[in-house]
Amino acid sequence: MKSQARSRELFAAFRDSVPVLMGYGVLGFSFGLLAVSQGLAWYWAVLMSLVIYAGALQFLAVGMLQAKAGMLELFAAAVFVNIRQVFYGLSLLKRFKKSGRRKPYLIFALTDETYALMTSTRPDPRIKRRRYDFYLALLNQTYWVLGTAAGALFGTMTDFDTRGIDFALTALFVVLAMEQYKIRRSWTPFLLGAGASIAAMLLVSMDRMLLTAIALALAGMFLFKKRIESD
Amino acid sequence: MIEYDSLYLAEAVAVLALGNLLTRAAPFLFFSRRKPPSVIGFVERNFPPLILTILIFYTLGGVDFTEAPYGTRELLAILATGLLHAWRGNYLLSIFGGTAFYMLLIRIL
Repeated sequence: MKSQARSRELFAAFRDSVPVLMGYGVLGFSFGLLAVSQGLAWYWAVLMSLVIYAGALQFLAVGMLQAKAGMLELFAAAVFVNIRQVFYGLSLLKRFKKSGRRKPYLIFALTDETYALMTSTRPDPRIKRRRYDFYLALLNQTYWVLGTAAGALFGTMTDFDTRGIDFALTALFVVLAMEQYKIRRSWTPFLLGAGASIAAMLLVSMDRMLLTAIALALAGMFLFKKRIESD
Repeated sequence: MIEYDSLYLAEAVAVLALGNLLTRAAPFLFFSRRKPPSVIGFVERNFPPLILTILIFYTLGGVDFTEAPYGTRELLAILATGLLHAWRGNYLLSIFGGTAFYMLLIRIL
């Protein structure tokens, strides 16, 4: 009886995660392909998907590793690129209280897509939510890791001309910025980000650009807090 | 091909994993007992669009805008990505269409 109940939750989680299977499969494949095209061994790509497990950051990291970025810069990139995840956790504080031994993994695996599914699916009332959440998180990471491995192995075995494939990262950020506009409906934060970026590009060399732009933008954000809040 | 130092890669991956985990775990570490401060709402609304704009510029860091073709291929590919996304609203399609278009552009222009 118990194993039957367990498979019910696994099946429900699988059914609800099929869109993520497509998305993570394809994006994970691209990440693996990009990583090996920049000279990283396939197992580094897979290791990153296992222990970092954050799409945009992993794409960004490929270029930063190639440029031999310093540890402080890598840490800041990880924190600032993914700062939105803080807000996911804030809204799940109560829900994860009852997750017991699965809680550390649920927190580790809290990606945009997993969060979106957890907070919007309404499974059958007979389903145990705690177990369902865990399977959902685990299945999603499995898709990401398998996609990465497939892309990295494909890139290792074939001689595919990948010149320009790193534009996928720019395209990803353009799409995410457009999605943010739908939520925020104001040009001010975008203009502030653009201004800080251009200033940083003119003031410092490219390997210091990211940290400088973030610092300038944060300073501007709090300096003009009143004005930004009002629109 | 670039040579990577395994020790550097191991350290870098660990630092990236730690930084990322910190953003996911911070609420559970700091706010499981007390209420989060109100400034969090302000940051939540305004920081994501800001950092995404910076990242678009950052990924264009290797482009030389002072010499032909003056970054036109990148701008055209960004435009194509944006139009595709405004039209269909499917993020996978927009990213793949935009990237394929860019890969084509740098081979013909």
